[in-house]
Amino acid sequence: MLTLRRKDLVCQQAVELVTDYLEGSLSRRDRRRFEAHLRNCPNCSAYLEQIRATIALTGALEVDELSADARQDLIDLYRRWQSE
Amino acid sequence: MAFRNKRLMLRSVEPDIEQLRRLRDGDEDVFVMLVARYHQPMLRMARTMVSSEAVAEEIVQDTWMGVVRGIDRFEGRSSFKTWLYRILINRARSAGAKENLTTSMESLHSVDPTRFDNQGNWADPLQQWRDDTESRLDAATLVPVLESALEDLAPRQRQVVILRDVEGLSNNEVCGALGITSGNQRILLHRGRARLREILDSKVEKD
Repeated sequence: MLTLRRKDLVCQQAVELVTDYLEGSLSRRDRRRFEAHLRNCPNCSAYLEQIRATIALTGALEVDELSADARQDLIDLYRRWQSE
Repeated sequence: MAFRNKRLMLRSVEPDIEQLRRLRDGDEDVFVMLVARYHQPMLRMARTMVSSEAVAEEIVQDTWMGVVRGIDRFEGRSSFKTWLYRILINRARSAGAKENLTTSMESLHSVDPTRFDNQGNWADPLQQWRDDTESRLDAATLVPVLESALEDLAPRQRQVVILRDVEGLSNNEVCGALGITSGNQRILLHRGRARLREILDSKVEKD
């Protein structure tokens, strides 16, 4: 049984560092602790992968196309602004 | 909403100085191109700031007018998109957008604390998502799930997630547009992404 060293992260702490890690805003020391934790923890590694997948999926969301009517209304407004 | 197949192409709609000059001078082609790319996304953002659909529409129209009339003030120091969202956010605020700062509904935990044992480690193994989750989403099963999860985020989280992860603005650009600190932005992003992951996790197929 491994004894938990004081500097070791537990999973509940590690998941709270994920965004700072991805943003590159962890201190060098915290980044090392985080990466060391990931190397030994398949669950937190899976968690990080899920966050990455979530970001990719969110980035693939798109809105419906602008309707032809709405587009025409905007063009009419644009013409009005030009003539004012 | 649907998934964006032409995502990279759409993302690169960034007008150059010449096009912006033509926009100022009445070139409808440039206006139509920009409206096709940004009108609906701006509406989605405006809806996070005001409660009425009509007011959201007005704010976006007002933003376009601000763009057309203020084009000479665009100095190219930020991207056009960042400038656009900055105008939108300012218009929304002067239209009386409620700064929803309530945090009572927001969980302080990325992961439900009951998922951990009393040592703070995962009580049960986290089931991996299937490798093809990202591509399989084109099958549209998870689109509505993700959309409604996004809708349900607290407004500030939703604003940050939309600007960062949907629109692809940088950390600095989002801080500038929303007038928040980098630390605050990271917290909002962190909670928003964690919540979306949690919802998706309850729906995706596992290995």
